[in-house]
Amino acid sequence: MSLRILAVDDSLTMREMLRQTLTEAGFQVVLAEDGLDALERLPGAEPDLILTDLNMPKMDGFGLIDAVRNGDLYARVPILVLTTESAATLKDRARTAGATGWITKPFDEQSLVSTIRRVAAV
Amino acid sequence: MAGPVDLKDIFFVEADELLSALEEGLRAIQTGAQEADTVNAVFRAVHSIKGGAGAFDLKALVGFAHRFETVLDALRAGQLQPEPALLGALLHASDHLADMISASRQGTNTDPELDERVIMALEAQAGGGGHKEEEAFVFEPLALDGPFGMEFSPMPLVTGRRRVTLTFRPHAGSFASGHDPALLMRDLCAEDEVEVDLDLSTLPEAGNFDPGQSYLGWTVTLQTERSDKDLLAIFEFIEGSCDLTLASDTSTEPRNNPPLPAPRIASPALAPVSATPVPAATKSPPPPAATAPPPSAGPASGAGPRPTIRVDIDRVDRLVDILGELVIHQAMLTEAIEQSPGFGSVEVDRSLDQLRQLSRQIQESVMAIRAQPVKPLFDRMHRIVREASMAAGKSARLVTEGEGTEVDKTIIERLADPLTHMIRNSVDHGLEKPMRRDEIGKPNEGVIKLSAAHRSGRIVITVQDDGAGIDRDKVRMIAIEKGLVSATAELSPQEIDALLFLPGFSTATEVSALSGRGVGMDVVRSEIAGLGGRVGIASVRGQGTTLTISLPLTLAVLDGMVFEAAGQTLVLPVSTIIETLRPEASMRHNLGQTDSVLDVRGRCLPLIDVGMALGFRRSLKPGEGEIVVVVERGDEGAIALMVDGIRDQRQVVIKGLEANYGQIPGIAAATVLGDGSVALILDPTDLAATGPIQARPVVSLAAE
Repeated sequence: MSLRILAVDDSLTMREMLRQTLTEAGFQVVLAEDGLDALERLPGAEPDLILTDLNMPKMDGFGLIDAVRNGDLYARVPILVLTTESAATLKDRARTAGATGWITKPFDEQSLVSTIRRVAAV
Repeated sequence: MAGPVDLKDIFFVEADELLSALEEGLRAIQTGAQEADTVNAVFRAVHSIKGGAGAFDLKALVGFAHRFETVLDALRAGQLQPEPALLGALLHASDHLADMISASRQGTNTDPELDERVIMALEAQAGGGGHKEEEAFVFEPLALDGPFGMEFSPMPLVTGRRRVTLTFRPHAGSFASGHDPALLMRDLCAEDEVEVDLDLSTLPEAGNFDPGQSYLGWTVTLQTERSDKDLLAIFEFIEGSCDLTLASDTSTEPRNNPPLPAPRIASPALAPVSATPVPAATKSPPPPAATAPPPSAGPASGAGPRPTIRVDIDRVDRLVDILGELVIHQAMLTEAIEQSPGFGSVEVDRSLDQLRQLSRQIQESVMAIRAQPVKPLFDRMHRIVREASMAAGKSARLVTEGEGTEVDKTIIERLADPLTHMIRNSVDHGLEKPMRRDEIGKPNEGVIKLSAAHRSGRIVITVQDDGAGIDRDKVRMIAIEKGLVSATAELSPQEIDALLFLPGFSTATEVSALSGRGVGMDVVRSEIAGLGGRVGIASVRGQGTTLTISLPLTLAVLDGMVFEAAGQTLVLPVSTIIETLRPEASMRHNLGQTDSVLDVRGRCLPLIDVGMALGFRRSLKPGEGEIVVVVERGDEGAIALMVDGIRDQRQVVIKGLEANYGQIPGIAAATVLGDGSVALILDPTDLAATGPIQARPVVSLAAE
């Protein structure tokens, strides 16, 4: 069984990049374009990990974290924030909301994969 | 299936979309048409460009986008007001960002000094209002940031095996943030000899046990070569949600105090066991924004954009090619059946008819795939107007209409250059200088109106300015000076306007930075002609000039009328035909020795023998040229074409000749007919230009 990841980013480039990187690492990937899209895809994706951008239309990363953590079925799924932001206040906010970890873009493929393996397991 | 997709290509395609969104948003803010999310969308556009650029290590782009984004962030936060000067600077920065992206696409860079100047100008407008708390954006592909707020002090390199004692106790609520201590312990213990002591002291009675909470603690003693930093890195994410100490037994690095601070975050969820709220496993009622709504109930599924797929344009082009073959073979099949003895059977007839209808439907569907709204093209023109008016010291605004009009993608791409030139021309030559406009009571700001519409099977695009209109005396004088017309030629106003499209004509008496690029309206005309279209011009003195481009809907298939002239099979686009008739001798009037006109119900039209105009014959024999097809040529009026016989009306596939034969006056393209023979498709506009009435006498007189 490979690890299932729900990757959320409004940028097509980032989504494609994540799809390639994560698939190559042997993960199963479901992509979503924003927070709302991600929530809709949760039941189909059954993710072991959610990887999300912060700045997104419709529902941003904070909204997604909040909804997942306050929800029912997927409340314990590790959530990694993947963003260009590095401001401490934003990190604190994400952490308070229930993010598991934080990765800064641009990411290095190997580190991304090893970080994912550190926080999630099948 | 598709091969591997080049991420960089995707980035540039996406960057173009983001740039349009950026510019559109800024314009909406400028005109007060913004919606609640506009400023956010503008911010996100630049932010996403930065993110993508960072992934490809485009440093200049990242740096610029970052500073740009910082100003937008301040605007978003309400620290800055969208005043005209700031918006001007933002639009300028957005234009420059577009330049930087297109430079990156070509693997080059814009001038770093210019980059700096543009962004400094923006920052100057923004004042000190746009500062984020973080410092310069780091664009080394640094994988992991420090964990939430944790600082690693630089450690001396520790080599050799040493003894490390580490205690780790996740806070009770740490599971709620998705932390899994088992994974961390796995990483910690993976490589070395370890001794683990489990601390069960806080484990509750079985009855009070809550599986959603963490009750365990560990003391791990390792014999390891890993540095303290490496070991602590394992816990980087949980750092604020656990108690962690590390003591290493090494002479080089005595550590009496654990290097980690006490947990800093004191949010309720991470508080001590007793205060931890009941976690979700006990079915607390979900909040309004509950997770996992059924797929059909999501707000995005109803109101969001309809799903789309992206397809490589080559695939669609191949489909169009195959479709062309289908149309040809269907014509061949029809012809073969019609000539076979069994023809006449109702079933065959009906099937053929259905086949024809189906292939037309396929054609329309395929064309719909290729069709795209002209909006992105029109959007790019705002920038042209901005730059052109700035360079010309004029004030101008672009108004667009019919942006949703859909046009074949190939046509849109090839329209960009001619349209750019026309708009520059309108700003440069069409609009008066602001002072002059003041004098005559026009608003200081000139308006260029760009519109698109479908009209009788063609696409019509107009560029209209509210400037001075064409100074026909001046145009005529220049044309005479340049030897384009004879000084004695009698020219109608329309003919004078048409002189602007002659090669070598330019009214710029003063060399201007804009139009003085060695490109005249003649190039515009030939570019549009290359698309099977034509350009017209109309002007009212003092009120402005309108340039009109008329284009076929598609470049692939057209409804053609097949006819004969001088033994040749030829095709005319049906959309250009007004009527066909068999004229009486009395309707024909000679003008001089060679030219004649046809009086069609009181309207005199230039009469042209197609066979002669194309050089297939020098004179008419009896029985030839007895049928006349009246075709319209847009603004230039109708002409009457003499042909020998009309054969058929059918769809024909356009096969370009330009690549092999260059542009041939009077010939638009070629096609393959049902019997496999090749027929030329006529361009009536050009045919007239080479014919005896219109331009030829003018030019030949000048040559005398």
